[in-house]
Amino acid sequence: MARYKSPAVRSYLIRLFVLMSIYMVTLFAAVTLFKSHAVSGVPAYALAILPALPVIGVFWAVMRFLVEEPDEFMRMLLVRQCLVATGFCLAIMTVWEFLQNFDMVPLGNGGFGAAFFWFMGLGVGALYNKLTLGTTGGSCL
Amino acid sequence: MKSRLKVLRAERDWSQQDLADALGVSRQSVNAIETGKYDPSLPLAFRIADLFALPIEAIFIKDN
Repeated sequence: MARYKSPAVRSYLIRLFVLMSIYMVTLFAAVTLFKSHAVSGVPAYALAILPALPVIGVFWAVMRFLVEEPDEFMRMLLVRQCLVATGFCLAIMTVWEFLQNFDMVPLGNGGFGAAFFWFMGLGVGALYNKLTLGTTGGSCL
Repeated sequence: MKSRLKVLRAERDWSQQDLADALGVSRQSVNAIETGKYDPSLPLAFRIADLFALPIEAIFIKDN
């Protein structure tokens, strides 16, 4: 059975590959430089933010995918997936925040921030689409 | 909303992929419309009606 692949899917996958490559490079650079105490002051702030930029870029890529996808049913699946992901992420982060507020769990997130849970939520959204509509749409999200 | 899409497609001996290609949509879209899981937009409903040379109400039947 042919897997659906519109030009929008291809554009999204290319953007994702480029952004994730930039993420790996910037993360490696930031970790290395911070470990060696090579930066401080304002440059340190800039360096700390640097790996966040390609992650924000992935959010942009997902939104561009929504805009560029020509198939209305596929668009609906993507919107549902993003809504589930947003709800999932907000729910996890809210619970976590209250657990921290009452000192039930330690502060910090061990590198698992909102973006991680939002991307995880996309998987939950795909599962929700599969269970309720019988298809994930062959989603690449 | 119910549709006669599956019947009309079968009468022409088209697969879901054939119909999807003719409409410029995914096969999953055709399947979702046929099984009543998705109601097409008005522009897509018109494209389907044009393809089968039938009025929209001859293809889509509203639920009571």
